[in-house]
Amino acid sequence: MKIPCPHCGERDVSEFRYGGDASRQRPAHGTGDLKAWHDYTFTFNNPKGPHTEHWQHVLGCRQWFKLARNTATNEIKGVVQ
Amino acid sequence: MAKGYSVFSLLKHALKPDAPWPLAWEKPEPKSSYDVVIIGGGGHGLATAYYLAKNHGITNVAVLERSYIGSGNVGRNTTLIRSNYVIDGNTQFFEHSMKLWEGLSHDLNYNCMVSQRGQVVLAVSPVQLDVFARRGNIMRLNGIDAELLDRGEVQKLLPYLDYSKEARFPIWGAIHQPRAGTVRHDAVAWGYARAASQLGVHIIENCEVTGMVMDGGRITGVETSRGRINAGKVGIAVAGHTSEVARMAGLKLPVESHILQAFVTEAVKPMVHHVVSWGAELFYLSQSDKGGMVFGGHIDGFNTYTQRGQLFKIQDVMQCAVSLMPFMSRMRLLRHWGGIQDMTPDGSPFICRTPIRDLYLNGGWCYQGFKATPASGWTFAHTIAHDEEHELNRCYSLDRFEKGREMDDYGIGNWTYKQ
Repeated sequence: MKIPCPHCGERDVSEFRYGGDASRQRPAHGTGDLKAWHDYTFTFNNPKGPHTEHWQHVLGCRQWFKLARNTATNEIKGVVQ
Repeated sequence: MAKGYSVFSLLKHALKPDAPWPLAWEKPEPKSSYDVVIIGGGGHGLATAYYLAKNHGITNVAVLERSYIGSGNVGRNTTLIRSNYVIDGNTQFFEHSMKLWEGLSHDLNYNCMVSQRGQVVLAVSPVQLDVFARRGNIMRLNGIDAELLDRGEVQKLLPYLDYSKEARFPIWGAIHQPRAGTVRHDAVAWGYARAASQLGVHIIENCEVTGMVMDGGRITGVETSRGRINAGKVGIAVAGHTSEVARMAGLKLPVESHILQAFVTEAVKPMVHHVVSWGAELFYLSQSDKGGMVFGGHIDGFNTYTQRGQLFKIQDVMQCAVSLMPFMSRMRLLRHWGGIQDMTPDGSPFICRTPIRDLYLNGGWCYQGFKATPASGWTFAHTIAHDEEHELNRCYSLDRFEKGREMDDYGIGNWTYKQ
């Protein structure tokens, strides 16, 4: 699998670090509802299909970015702003 | 259907080689209603159905399999069994599994080829050997076999490792569980399927669940590719696709699906007589009865449902193999494949009730699904039959993260697989 780094261009997946689901919304600072924090920290949509996720080009420019990928096929749609 | 395999049935078929062996399990049409429907005809689902019938007398049971029996992870693992866990809960659960493995072939009247060849986990530093000593003490306090080996003893058992001064990770010793070993994984699926079928369980292949039928906060059946099937209770045992199936019931779970790759080399003469695991990196290898080296390592590291592994992980695992066992550099890789497994935050599974009445969950198996198969089915059957967790699986509840009761066997916190 090759990942298009927005700075360095297309590079092998082994140069990148995976950062998880990018669609999750962190509860507001100071939110006292433990259930909200539990759900944010521990549960996942984990879809079989389109997925937006964080990656870091850790062995390159070290930039974090969002990527659209299909988890059923590993097809990469490209970087998401 | 074959009622019992014995030396006499073998002789009978030897004398009549043209007569085909009867089907190992029946292939009935699905009924419109069952007391219990198990989604997933893998090792865990079939074992659950078998123990529902055998231990709890519940025989009006259907196991729904999307594909064919043995097509999923029960046929994709590296066939290892062991019970060398550290924390309470895991220790007792996996030892119960080990005891069930030890009698499984007789129990099922099916040769599962349980081979207790022993597992040797190698320590690569004195500190790691101390940690292994602690683990061994915990195991022995729970009545589980464990012995600590020094470098010389390891060298006698495993002469083919790299003991040179140049070894990147010098071998300091090992922990050995003689009762650990391997099991023919396909035979486990077939054996449980046949034994469950003989007790009246319906095994329904090519039947994909496409939806859940709910009534208030309760589940009353499933929609399938072969029509609606009503059910008193429904159990999910589809590890790898747990999130997708649970989503049909409106559940969002602490599960991510990841690919784990496995490898086998060409067959050579018997050389590796144990299961060998490494302390420097997650790496485990055994030699199959056919002669191939069967081995694996870590997951690729990002969630995916494709059963196609990445090259960099293949290279990682090969580097481990060659670093630990120099002879592996001259072996030819015959096949490699991937299986999709549920990863959970603490690395431990779920066998439990769910917030939805009459819906039960078995999943989140991480790296350890195969070795858990008998105890998983045994405790899941109990949970379904009694609507209550058994003492052995009480720790595997869905709300353990809310309650601060993580089952973190490595002792390095949540998300070990992401570090």
